[in-house]
Amino acid sequence: MAVRPKTLNQAKATYSSNSELAWWVFMRISGLALIFLVLGHVFFNNIQVNVADVDYAYVAERFSKSWVKIYDSFLLGFAMLHGANGLRYSIEDYIKKPGRRFWTKTILFTVVGIIFILGVMTLWAYSFEEMGEAIRALPEG
Amino acid sequence: MQVNVKIKRFNPEADKRPYWAEYQLEARPTDRVLDVLNEIKWEMDGSLSYRRSCAHGICGSDAMLINGVNRLACKILVKDLGADIRVEPIRGLTVQKDLIVDMEPFFDAYKAVLPFFINDDPAPAAERYQSPEDREIFDDTTKCILCAACTTSCPVFWTNGRYLGPAAIVNAHRFIFDSRDQGADERLQVLNQPNGLWRCRTAYNCTEACPRDIPITKVIEEVKRELLWRRA
Repeated sequence: MAVRPKTLNQAKATYSSNSELAWWVFMRISGLALIFLVLGHVFFNNIQVNVADVDYAYVAERFSKSWVKIYDSFLLGFAMLHGANGLRYSIEDYIKKPGRRFWTKTILFTVVGIIFILGVMTLWAYSFEEMGEAIRALPEG
Repeated sequence: MQVNVKIKRFNPEADKRPYWAEYQLEARPTDRVLDVLNEIKWEMDGSLSYRRSCAHGICGSDAMLINGVNRLACKILVKDLGADIRVEPIRGLTVQKDLIVDMEPFFDAYKAVLPFFINDDPAPAAERYQSPEDREIFDDTTKCILCAACTTSCPVFWTNGRYLGPAAIVNAHRFIFDSRDQGADERLQVLNQPNGLWRCRTAYNCTEACPRDIPITKVIEEVKRELLWRRA
């Protein structure tokens, strides 16, 4: 059965990657992980403290802790990848024209990439302590 | 009993789009829907078109969408449906006329998974022995009659015609898990394509539609796991 492909179409027909298998496994693991990550998030921000008491100072104080940064990085990464891949599944199914499918996926991945980078920057490259002091230094009103 | 039958009809040479035709007739509660359709075709309107062959639930010709569920017209009785019966062609395949759909895409997907015994070893003098336990592993999937009730009940197949569909995976399962067969790697390679196995979202429509009671979703998950263990 091992016929060497001679044209691009033949090569495409014989090409096989495990990417869909890997995504399927990822969806199961990330889905399970997200249940507990989100429950933990709800516990820390809605049960341990009163939502009405959550202000900038509380958030800045939380985000200055390394374990919160790591925890929220996992939450961000799993949620974005799990959601984006789910949307990709729907796009593969519902958009029938190959060109339109390609561009819709390109836009999706771009938007997801931007949100992900913004999230990582907020978590790791933003000094909540300094911003907190700057806001407190502003004149009243 | 008096039954009111609504049939979604379409004649590509005369109609722009499908329409509902209504027929009132007498039927016995123990009549099958196929008997009702025959009565309509033979006595009321000869232009009604549908496929049927054995009429005993084994040839797989007369899968239809009956009262919203994919079933065989020769297996469902009038008394189980009530006086109002609604018959449509199975979904996701092009309607050629009335209840007849183009089955070619369905059989193309079937052929793609190499649904035949592959073993290049010379046949032994007596038999290729298989223990009853090994035979039991794929017993469910030997029962498929290729009626397309599962594939055309699959919401993924409705929107994505490139998906192989549950029926093809069921028939791949029948040989992948056969201890005498040697073609599992080739079949799994086909199923590992993006539109092979991985479009399945476990909607369970196929399992509910199967007139042979094959636990199709479970079977598909078994093939997914087999791929995972072989490729991991």
